[in-house]
Amino acid sequence: MSNQELPPAAAAQRRLPALELATLGRFAARGRRNGIVVAFVVLFIVLAFSSSAFATKTNLLNILDQQASTLIIAAAATLVLVAGNIDLSMGSVYVLAGVVAAQVAQSTSSTLAILIGILVGLGIGAVNGVIVTVLRINSLIATLAMSFVVAGLGSLVTSGNLIILLGHPGFGDLAGTVVLGVKSSVWITLAFVLIMGLLLTRTVVGHYMSAAGGNAPAARLAGVPVRLVQMLTFTLLGGAAALGGVIDDSRVLSAQASSDFGQTLTFTVIAGVVIGGTSILGGAGSVWRTFFGVLFIALIGNGYALLGLDPLYQQITLGGLMLLAVALDAWATRSTR
Amino acid sequence: MPPTGAAEADVHVELSGVCKQFGAVRALDDVSLVIRRGQVHALVGENGAGKSTLGRIVAGALSPDSGELFVGGERVQFRSPREALRHGIAAVSQEAAIVPGFSAVENVMLGGEAQTVGIVRRRELRRRFAELTETAGFSIPPDKPGAAMSPAEQQKVEILRALTRNAELLILDEPTAALGAGEKRQLHEIVRSLVAAGKTVILVSHFLAEVLQLADTVTVMRDGRLIRTSPAAVESEQSLIQAMLGRSLDATFPDKQPPARDAPVVMSVRELSGQGVHRVSVEVRAGEIVGLAGLVGAGRTEFARIAFAADPRTSGEVVIDGRRARRLSPRGSLAAGLALLPESRKDDGLIFTRSVAQNVSIASLPRFARFGVLDFRAERRAAEDAMRRSTVSGRPAAGVGTLSGGNQQKALFARIILRSPRVVIVDEPTRGVDVGSKRAIYEMLIEFAALGGGVLLISSDVEEILGLAHRVLVMRAGRVVRELEGEEITESAVLTAAFEYEPDGRGEAA
Ligand SMILES: Nc1ncnc2c1ncn2[C@@H]1O[C@H](COP(=O)(O)OP(=O)(O)OP(=O)(O)O)[C@@H](O)[C@H]1O
Ligand SMILES: [Mg+2]
Repeated sequence: MSNQELPPAAAAQRRLPALELATLGRFAARGRRNGIVVAFVVLFIVLAFSSSAFATKTNLLNILDQQASTLIIAAAATLVLVAGNIDLSMGSVYVLAGVVAAQVAQSTSSTLAILIGILVGLGIGAVNGVIVTVLRINSLIATLAMSFVVAGLGSLVTSGNLIILLGHPGFGDLAGTVVLGVKSSVWITLAFVLIMGLLLTRTVVGHYMSAAGGNAPAARLAGVPVRLVQMLTFTLLGGAAALGGVIDDSRVLSAQASSDFGQTLTFTVIAGVVIGGTSILGGAGSVWRTFFGVLFIALIGNGYALLGLDPLYQQITLGGLMLLAVALDAWATRSTR
Repeated sequence: MPPTGAAEADVHVELSGVCKQFGAVRALDDVSLVIRRGQVHALVGENGAGKSTLGRIVAGALSPDSGELFVGGERVQFRSPREALRHGIAAVSQEAAIVPGFSAVENVMLGGEAQTVGIVRRRELRRRFAELTETAGFSIPPDKPGAAMSPAEQQKVEILRALTRNAELLILDEPTAALGAGEKRQLHEIVRSLVAAGKTVILVSHFLAEVLQLADTVTVMRDGRLIRTSPAAVESEQSLIQAMLGRSLDATFPDKQPPARDAPVVMSVRELSGQGVHRVSVEVRAGEIVGLAGLVGAGRTEFARIAFAADPRTSGEVVIDGRRARRLSPRGSLAAGLALLPESRKDDGLIFTRSVAQNVSIASLPRFARFGVLDFRAERRAAEDAMRRSTVSGRPAAGVGTLSGGNQQKALFARIILRSPRVVIVDEPTRGVDVGSKRAIYEMLIEFAALGGGVLLISSDVEEILGLAHRVLVMRAGRVVRELEGEEITESAVLTAAFEYEPDGRGEAA
């Protein structure tokens, strides 16, 4: 006989409303929308007036060339955040793909090496996606753990050595081919950012990403393949991190597993995305604002160098600006009362 | 009982010339209103009339653009709900803020523990909880975890929480919208005991009978304007409807159009089981509206979600138009022609980071795309058309959160209309919807059925079931216990089956 009691919690549990107010996301969007563009333009003008070296074609193209990998990765990271997750492994993937490609290039063609590097990134991204969506492990923790694994793999591949690519001119062509007076690294970056931007705003999949990040249970009930879409964002970011890695290999013609740049990259990218106004809560964001967010950070660095300011303060400035971005956000939320 | 000599009761809150604009929408237009102490003051009006906005201004959650607010004769300008609370005003939100892992006691005392210098004294909390429930005249099991609370219990927690902070005026915005009949009655008792304890209550509700029963004074609003304030005793449902809509509504329910005798079965659910649902079988024919009645917690929502494959099933199958869904997921169900209007529009329905139009089109996007690239204009046009057909009033490009509660519900309807499924399961479709729009939703359901669709209607409003369903299934404890058809469908038959069914000990060994 089984006169079993019904679990009373089952019904109530689902009805439990989130503690955060729905109003939060609603108002925040408006305030954040154009702040970064204004800030960028203002900083640009200030720098143009204070240093004659700033607004030159060479300097500006240089900035874009230097920021190529960051911009590419940040564009894809925007999608991950919009879809409601975060990825802390992108810096490690960037490094691993870089050293794998460089290592492979020692024995085969550069093209093949570059492709393999990118495949490695896509693969790790896909694994991240599976861990987060299928195994349902919080993305912050999953990708943090993954970042250690991947960083370890990077050291394994190189045994701690610097890999030199000077003897492989084909590798250098990836970033260094000049087309219409502009390096291919810049062209690739612009194309990639544009594609990510269009993907997010113009396609079904992009709208699914926003819906999944905005309210996953609701999106699922509306027929959005939430997991698949989130998995896709992780995979794209893995690929983007790897693309960034091989482009930087190509720019400096060397690769190493213990790169300082790779260590801080993850945080620079997240800073750029957040300053660009993408919500870390998911559901809202834009790739082109991320583009300005990353460049804004770059301009600060560039400005410090050109104006001969103590670079020690640069990070403090960056941190302060991030707080300001978040504070403005909160302030905008309140001011619409 | 409240003092009824309205003229003598003193003024608790007064609004004078209050205006509030949201973009192009004038949510409140020069509203002046007096709320007397110790009374239940009801606000009624169509969706978007400005009732919640008014409540939120009194509660300090919004600031008026112009106009003045007085509490106990003193002019106030609240900058936050906290400040309003300091003046004894608390809003009991419809979407209660409950910490799942906390007990009832902890949830009620949440945020009030600060006085104990950071250390929460359990015994002290319990004592205060006991005192509180004593004076309030209602209670909840003190140890019940938040996760296990029904919507009614969650609301009780919110009300008790307001009382711990010495609230003198409580704003209840559609407190009974999510409640079943029994729970509704409980809440009415609570409102009465609050007033008996000398509190003032502002009550927003779309249930006019409830308003007439509980309120001392009723204020009717339309398009942000105050139409009239009068003693509840002189109003009737008809007079309120007339004032709210500016026209009369001859009947709440349109005529029933029974399905053709030989109408094919469009949805057949066979022996479906899962969490809280035991071997439920349901057939819906083309053109038929089948009502699924029962008490809150009888397993109707669970059934709907399992049938839609939103929750896992342990056995059974769902066949739409003779075919089974290719994949067991909401996406698969939609593809097979089954749509669900979820019970909780906030948790399971709307995506608040997106616009109204995007919320409407989200379930039908691929239709507006070529090779995955969206044709914005086609999408927008179709969404606007669906919005029009479901009488959503609001800007398509605005965030969906800017819609009033009832219009949010209608936006979800628009989503389904746009998707045009074969069968739709609607779970509490008129929750928070005004009388006029209710009628519009009923007409939509009837039209949907008339065009050959099947409707499974879940509702805690028995009248709604009686007024619409061709056939009624009554659920209790996860099983269908009774099927009523034609003349058998009466309020007493439905309620009897819902309440008095004795489990006959049939084993559910599966
Ligand atoms: N934050 C907001 N931004 C923009 N418009 C808003 C906002 N809040 C409310 N509105 C608009 O103000 C009007 C009044 O809304 P309100 O929520 O007060 O209506 P209501 O009478 O409570 O309706 P319902 O019965 O549907 O709950 C509506 O047109 C609504 O769309
Ligand atoms: Mg409202």
